[in-house]
Amino acid sequence: MPTYIAKRLLAAIPVILGLSIIVFLVMKLIPGDPAQALLGSYATPDNVERINRALGLDRSWPEQYFIWIGNLLQGDFGRSYILNRPVLDEVIERFGATLILAGASLVICSVLGILAGIVSAVRQFGWTDRIVTFFVLIGISMPAFFLGLVFILFFAVQWRLLPASGMYAVYGGGDLPDLLRHLILPASTLAIVATGVVARLTRAAMLEVLRQDFIRTARAKGLSENKVIYRHAFRAALVSIIPVLGIQAGFVLGGAVYIETVFQWPGLGQMLVKAVSTRDILLVQGGVLIAATVYVLVNLLADVAQAMLDPRLKA
Amino acid sequence: MAQTPPNILVVGQIAEPASLDPHVSTASNDFRIAVNIYDGLVRNAPGTLEIEPALATDWTISEDGLEYTFTLRDGVTFHDGSSFNAEAVKFNFDRMLDDAHPFHETGPFPLSFNFASIDSVEVVDELTVRFTLSEPFAPFMSNLASPTGLIVSPSAVEQYGADYGRHPSGTGAFKFEEWQSNSRVLASRNDAYWDGAPALEAVIFRPITDANTRVAEMLSGGIDVLLETPPDNVAQFSGDANYQVVEAVGPHVWYVMLNAKDGPFADVRVRQAVNYAVNKESLVSDVLQGTADVSAGPIPPAFNWAYNEDVQPYPYDPEKARELLAEAGAEGASLTFLVTEGGSGMLDPVPMGTAIQADLAAVGLNVEIQTYEWNTFLSEVNPGLEGKADMAEMAWMTSDPDTLPFLTLRTAAWPEEGGFNSSYYSNPEVDALLDQARLSTDPEERGDLYRQVQALTHEDAPWLFVANWKQNAVVTSAVGDFELQPDFSLVLRDVTKQ
Repeated sequence: MPTYIAKRLLAAIPVILGLSIIVFLVMKLIPGDPAQALLGSYATPDNVERINRALGLDRSWPEQYFIWIGNLLQGDFGRSYILNRPVLDEVIERFGATLILAGASLVICSVLGILAGIVSAVRQFGWTDRIVTFFVLIGISMPAFFLGLVFILFFAVQWRLLPASGMYAVYGGGDLPDLLRHLILPASTLAIVATGVVARLTRAAMLEVLRQDFIRTARAKGLSENKVIYRHAFRAALVSIIPVLGIQAGFVLGGAVYIETVFQWPGLGQMLVKAVSTRDILLVQGGVLIAATVYVLVNLLADVAQAMLDPRLKA
Repeated sequence: MAQTPPNILVVGQIAEPASLDPHVSTASNDFRIAVNIYDGLVRNAPGTLEIEPALATDWTISEDGLEYTFTLRDGVTFHDGSSFNAEAVKFNFDRMLDDAHPFHETGPFPLSFNFASIDSVEVVDELTVRFTLSEPFAPFMSNLASPTGLIVSPSAVEQYGADYGRHPSGTGAFKFEEWQSNSRVLASRNDAYWDGAPALEAVIFRPITDANTRVAEMLSGGIDVLLETPPDNVAQFSGDANYQVVEAVGPHVWYVMLNAKDGPFADVRVRQAVNYAVNKESLVSDVLQGTADVSAGPIPPAFNWAYNEDVQPYPYDPEKARELLAEAGAEGASLTFLVTEGGSGMLDPVPMGTAIQADLAAVGLNVEIQTYEWNTFLSEVNPGLEGKADMAEMAWMTSDPDTLPFLTLRTAAWPEEGGFNSSYYSNPEVDALLDQARLSTDPEERGDLYRQVQALTHEDAPWLFVANWKQNAVVTSAVGDFELQPDFSLVLRDVTKQ
C-alpha cells in the first residue's frame, strides 16, 4: 500500500506542473490585464504600461512563469494585485470555507443517497422505490442555482427561518450554531444533485449484490434480513459506492462555484470567479493550483479506501 | 429571524472592497467605506459638488494659479493616535507621486495622475502646507475633494507597509475596527471626531455581489441599506411602508461614441441622425425603469454651476433622422457596435445596446452588435475605434466637469496621444474652450466656458447622448437622515437608526 500511494503521489506531480502551465497560459491569453481592471475607464495605454511595470508584468512570459514557479517552490504564492494581499492567506481562508460547504454537502449526499439507494433496492419496484426514484430524478434534473433561489425565497424571505447569505451573522454569532444555520441552505442545495446520483448508483450496486450467491447463503443460514442487507450486502456494495463518493466529492467541490455565488458563501469558487474577471493573475493561478492539488488528493484518498475494502485491487 | 440591532447600520455593498487605502483603490465600492474613515483637505458640501473646508480650514490661491496654500485644522489626530499636520499631508502626496519616496512601493497608485500637476508639496509650518503646481489646473480643488485626495495616517503606512490597505487609519467620523474577508468591514464611532461624533455606534459593510441575493437579504432583514438596487426591484420597495427608496443625481454620463474618423459617422449629419433616431425616453423609462434621466451632452446636470440649461436633448424624431441620412447618402449603412456585458457605471448595457440597435434598424441602419466582457471591451475600445467599429458604449463618473470632456473630446486626447477620445472627435473651438477652462480659477468664468462646450458638442454630436444615472438606495424605515451624495460617496456621519 505505501508504494501504491507513493506512486500515485509521484504521478500527480506532472499533472500539477502541466496544470500550472495551462493556467498561466490561459491567464496570459485572455485579453485585458490587471492594470486594465484596476484602472477601469481610466486605462490609457500609458497608464496600463505604468501599472504593469509596477506589477512586473512587463517581463517576458517565460521569465514571469519561472519567477512564479521559483517563488512557489519556496512557499511564496505572491500577492494578489487587486486585493493587495498575500495569495496564500486569501486562498487558505477561502478554501476553508469551501471545504466546510463541500464537506457538509458530501455528508448530506452520502447519508441520504445511500439510505435512499438501499431502501429502493430492497423494495425494488415497490412504492418506496417509485417515490425515491421520482425525487432522485427531480434532484438530478433541477439546476442547483435555481433551487438555491427557491430556497432563499421561501426559507429566508417568506418565512424568515434561515439567513439568505453569508457564513456567519455580521454581528454577534460566529459560533457553531450560527455557522450551521448559515450552512443548511447552501449545503442542501449543493447536495441535491449528488444525492440523486449516489442514490441511483447505490440502488444499482445493491441490486447487483443482492442477486449474488453469498447473499442466498447468508439468508439460508437463517440470518436476519437486516443483518443480510447491512452486514453482508451493503458491505460488498460499498466497494462500488466509495469511488462514486470520491467522484461526488470532486463534483461538489466544483459545484460549489455556483452555490457560493448564489448564497454569497465566502469560498474559493466565489473568489476565483471574481479574480478571473479582475485578471488577478497570481490569485487565479495560486487558487487553481491549490484546488487541483486537493482534488488529486481527494481522489487518491477514495482510491486508497477502495483498495483497502477490495483486496483484489491491492497490487 | 432577528433584525439588525439599533444604532448599528448594516450596509449591503455590491462587492468585497479591494483595499481601504484610498490612494490604491479605484472602485466606488471601496470609496463608500473610505469616505467614512478618512477626511480630505476639503470635501464636497452635503448634497452638492461645491467645495467646503474639511481638514483644511481655509486656503489661498496665488494670482497665477500655481500656488495653493492651506491652513490645517488644529488638534486633529488619526485613529492610530498620531497627529495630523503639514508633514502628514506632504507624506500622503509624496508617497503617491514621488518614485523615490520610501513608501512609494506600497502602491501602485492608479489614480495618482489626478494630481500629476503637483510639482512639489512644502511644509510651511506645523499647520500650513503649500502645493506648487507645474501649470494652472482648475480642477485641482475638486480632485482634492475626491477619494484619491483622502489623507491617510503616515505612521500606519510605516507600520503596515503594503498591508496598509487592510489596516486603514484616518481622521474620519468612523474608526476602522475589523475586516473579515468576504464577510464584513466593521467601523465604530469616532467619539473625538472634529466635526462632532456621529449618531451611529457602528457601521458594518457587507459584500453581497449577487443583486438577487442582496434584495433577498434586504427582505429577510439582514441589512438596513441596500445599494444599487436592480431597476426591477425599485418599484417593489417603493410601494412598501417598511422601506424608503432614496435617489440622487450624480455626475454620470452614459453615451455611445461615434467613430468620426472613418465610416458613415465621419459625416456630422449621420451622427445627428442617430441622436434623433434613438428613443431615449423609452430607454430610461422602460429598459432602465426610471433609474436614469435622458442626457443632453457630455456635462451632466449634477454639475449645476457648469450645466447649460438651454441645451435640450435631441427629441425622438425618426422622420428627421431618415431625412438627415438621405441627405448624407447614408441610407441602409451597415454599422459595427461594440457593447459590453457590464462594467462600472454601464447600467444595463446589453438591453440598452439592443434597444439602440432596434431604433436604428427602424430608420434603415443595419447595426451589428459585438459583445465583450468589460476588461476585454476596454482593451478593444481605449486604443481607438479606427478600422474596428463605428460605435461603442461608454460611461463615466467624474468629480469635475472638466474631466470627461478633457479626456474624451479634445483633439489632443486621441488614443495615440494617450487620451480616451477613441472616436477621434476634433473641434478646435472645443479644444480652446477646454484649455481655457482648465487655467481659470474663477468658477463663474469656468462655468460659462463649459456651457459653451455643451452647446458646441451638442451640435457636433460626437456621441449618441443617452442617459444620466440617478443613484438609488433602499433603506429600512428605522433609518433616518439617509442621503446619497452627488459624488457617489456614502457619507454616514449624520445617519441615525432606531
